[in-house]
Amino acid sequence: MNRTELVELAENLEQQRQSMALRLLVCCGTPCVAAGAEAVVAALREKVAVSETPVNVDVVGTGCLGPCSRGPLLTVQRSRETDVIYERITPQQAVSILDACLGKADVPEQGRLPDNFPFFSCQTKVVLATSGRIDPEDIRQYISYGGYGALAQVLHESSPQEICDGMVTSGLRGRGGGGYPTGLKWQLVRKESGVRKFVVANGDEGDPGAYMDRSLMESDPHRILEGMAIAGYAVGAEQGYIYVRGEYPLAAERLRKAIRDAEHLGVLGSRVLDSSFSFRVDIRIGAGAFVCGEETALLASIMGRRGQPRIRPPYPAQAGLWDCPTLINNVETFGNIAAIFTMGPAAFAAIGNGKSRGTKVFALCGEVVNTGLIEVPMGIPLRDIVFAVGGGLPGGAPFKAAQTGGPSGGCIPAEKLDTPVDYENLQALGSIMGSGGLIVMGETSCMVDVARFFMEFCLDESCGKCVPCRTGTIEMYRILTRICNGSARPIDLENLEKLCLMVKETSLCGLGAAAPNPVLSTLRWFRDEYEAHVKERRCPAGVCAMNELPIHEMADELLRRIAAGRVNGEAF
Amino acid sequence: MPEPQENFSPVDDPRLKLVDRAMKRLQYQPDALIEVLHTAQEAYGYLSRELLAHVSAKLKLPESQVLGVATFYHFFTLRPRGEHNCIVCTGTACYVKGAGEIVKAMESSCQVQAGQTTADGRIFLGTARCLGNCSLAPMLTLDGRVHGPETPSGAVEKLQQLLEVQDESN
Repeated sequence: MNRTELVELAENLEQQRQSMALRLLVCCGTPCVAAGAEAVVAALREKVAVSETPVNVDVVGTGCLGPCSRGPLLTVQRSRETDVIYERITPQQAVSILDACLGKADVPEQGRLPDNFPFFSCQTKVVLATSGRIDPEDIRQYISYGGYGALAQVLHESSPQEICDGMVTSGLRGRGGGGYPTGLKWQLVRKESGVRKFVVANGDEGDPGAYMDRSLMESDPHRILEGMAIAGYAVGAEQGYIYVRGEYPLAAERLRKAIRDAEHLGVLGSRVLDSSFSFRVDIRIGAGAFVCGEETALLASIMGRRGQPRIRPPYPAQAGLWDCPTLINNVETFGNIAAIFTMGPAAFAAIGNGKSRGTKVFALCGEVVNTGLIEVPMGIPLRDIVFAVGGGLPGGAPFKAAQTGGPSGGCIPAEKLDTPVDYENLQALGSIMGSGGLIVMGETSCMVDVARFFMEFCLDESCGKCVPCRTGTIEMYRILTRICNGSARPIDLENLEKLCLMVKETSLCGLGAAAPNPVLSTLRWFRDEYEAHVKERRCPAGVCAMNELPIHEMADELLRRIAAGRVNGEAF
Repeated sequence: MPEPQENFSPVDDPRLKLVDRAMKRLQYQPDALIEVLHTAQEAYGYLSRELLAHVSAKLKLPESQVLGVATFYHFFTLRPRGEHNCIVCTGTACYVKGAGEIVKAMESSCQVQAGQTTADGRIFLGTARCLGNCSLAPMLTLDGRVHGPETPSGAVEKLQQLLEVQDESN
C-alpha cells in the first residue's frame, strides 16, 4: 500500500463509519469485563442479529474508555447527535437502549452520565484520543480515525533531521518518569554512526498502582507501533522491540495481532508504504522483575540475561542492544508521536505548562470516587484531578495525601493541593511525575506504613548488584518496621534520614537512588506522624498495631506519659 | 528439601517437543533464553533442573547462566504450583483499600503462607506487586479470572466455590 491508497482507505472507512445510523460502543477493558461487559456485547449482537431493521447498527467492543469504577460502560453514537454514555450497564438495559434508539424514541435516562460530566470535560485526550472508541484488534478502525497518516506524512515530506527538530519543538519529555527531552534523545541516536540501530518501547510497567501503559497497549496498540515506526525512520533503525510486562498477557497478544495486521497492510515491515524505509517490530515478554523498567536492565533482559543494570555511560544511545545505538522510550511517549505530527509540533507544544508540554496519562485510584484512566494537560492543579475529575473522596471524606511516582515517588500533602502537576513542581515537592500512578489517600492511611509498604517493595525488587541498594533497603525497612510497631527509639529517625541520603547518593541505578523518596517525602510532610509513632507509641491513623512493651520500659513509659499529662487509659 | 521428581523422559514427550520447537524457531540463539523458559514453564508448569539442563545444552549456555536467569525473575518457578492459582494483588491501590486483610483471610482459609502451595497440592496462594487492575482494588485473580472489588470473606467464598465446582465435575 502507498500513501494515496492509505488516504483513500481512511476516507472510505470514515464514510462507512459516518453512514452507520447507530453505533454502540461497549468498553471491554479488563475492569469492565470483570463487571460483565462481555455479556452486554453478546446481548446486543444477538438482538441486532434478530431484529430486522432497515438501519445500519454497529456493535463494537472497544478498549478502555476511562471511568473504570463505573463499568460496564456503553457509548451510544447516533448520526448527527452527541454521544451518550451509560454507566453500570446490564444486558437487559443495553437491549432496551437499543430498542429505544431503533424506535426513534428518546434514549432512556437511567444510568446515563450527564453530558458535561466533569470526569470527561476536564480531560484533554491526545494519547487516548481513540482509546475506548475503536476495537483495538481492528486496524481498519484505527485507520478510519487517521491512523498511520502521520507515518505516511513524515515518510514523504520530512527528512529524519526535520523529524528530530519537530520533536525538539514539541517539547515532549519522557513519559516513563525520567522526563528527559525526547527530541534530544532522538538526535543523539540519529547522530551515532552504526549500521544497525534499534528502537525499544518500554512497556515494563512495574510501579504498583499504575496501569496506563497496560491500558494503552491493550486499547490502542497501533498508536504505539506508528510512533515506533516514525522513531525508527528518524533515528535510522530498522528493527524495534516492545518489552511487555509478563503480567500483561492480553497486551502482548493484542500487540502481536497489531504487528501482523500492520505488516499485512504494508504500514510496517519491509518497504513501509512503498518507501525505501523498512521497519520490523518484535515483542519481548518480561518475566517479572521491577528493575527491568530501568533501561540498561531492560536491554539485558531483551538479550536473554539477568535484568541487572550497568553503569552509564555509555548510554544506550551510544551502546545499547548488542552494543548498537539504541533508542529507548516509554510506550506512552511513543503514543504521543503520531499526534505530534498530525497536529503539528507547535500546536502540541501549546498544551502544557512551563517546561512540561503536552498531556499526561494518569491511573487515578485509591480513595477516590471516580477511579480510572485519565489524560490531563500538564500543569493542571492537583486539586482539579482529585476533586473535579476524580469526584473527591467517597462520602466527602477529607483528603490526606496523593502518592505519585510509585516506589520512586512521594506523597503530596493536602496543603499542596493547588500545585500544578508537572515535572518541575512535583520534584520541588519531593515527589516525581513517575510513570503516572496517582493514588489518593484519606485519613485512614498511615504515612509511615505507606513508606514501609514501598520500602518492602524496593527491598524485594532490588536486583542485588550494588551494596547500598541491596542492604540499604533492608536496613531502612527494619527501621520503618520498628517505627510501625512502636519499638523505635528517637535515634532511629536520625539514622533513617542518614541512611536515606546515603542510599540515594550511592546506588548504581534509579531503583536504589529513588527508593528513599517515599520515606523522605513522608518525613518532610508528615513528620508529626513519625514522631507520634516513636515518642508516643501511637499511630494517628489507627493502622499500626504497637508491640507490647517489656515491663521495665512500660514503667518508664508510664512516667513519661504522666509527665506529659497524657494518662487516658490508652494501651501501651 | 529434596528436589521434586519430574518424570523427565526426553523421548516422545509432547511438552518437550513444544520446548524444542520453540528453540528451533528461535534458531538456538542464546539471546532467546527468556522466551524459551517462558515456553518451557507454560508446557510443564514449572522448570525442573533436568529441563534447565536440557535447555542449557541446546542453547550452548552454561547451566549456571540458565539457572541464574531462571531464579532472577519472579515469573519462573522451580517447583510445581498447585492445581489452582490464587493471586492476591498487593499493589498500592489494593493496599490502600485493604488487600492485607484479604491475604490474611486467604492464608487462614488455606492454612498456608502466601507464596506456598497447600499440602494437598490443590491451591497455590500467591501475592502480586500490582496486576494493573487498580480501579477494581482490592482485587485478586483465581485461575487468571479477575475478581474485584473484593472483601476478605467474599474472596474466601469465591475460592471455595471454585473448588466445589471442580469437585462436582469430578
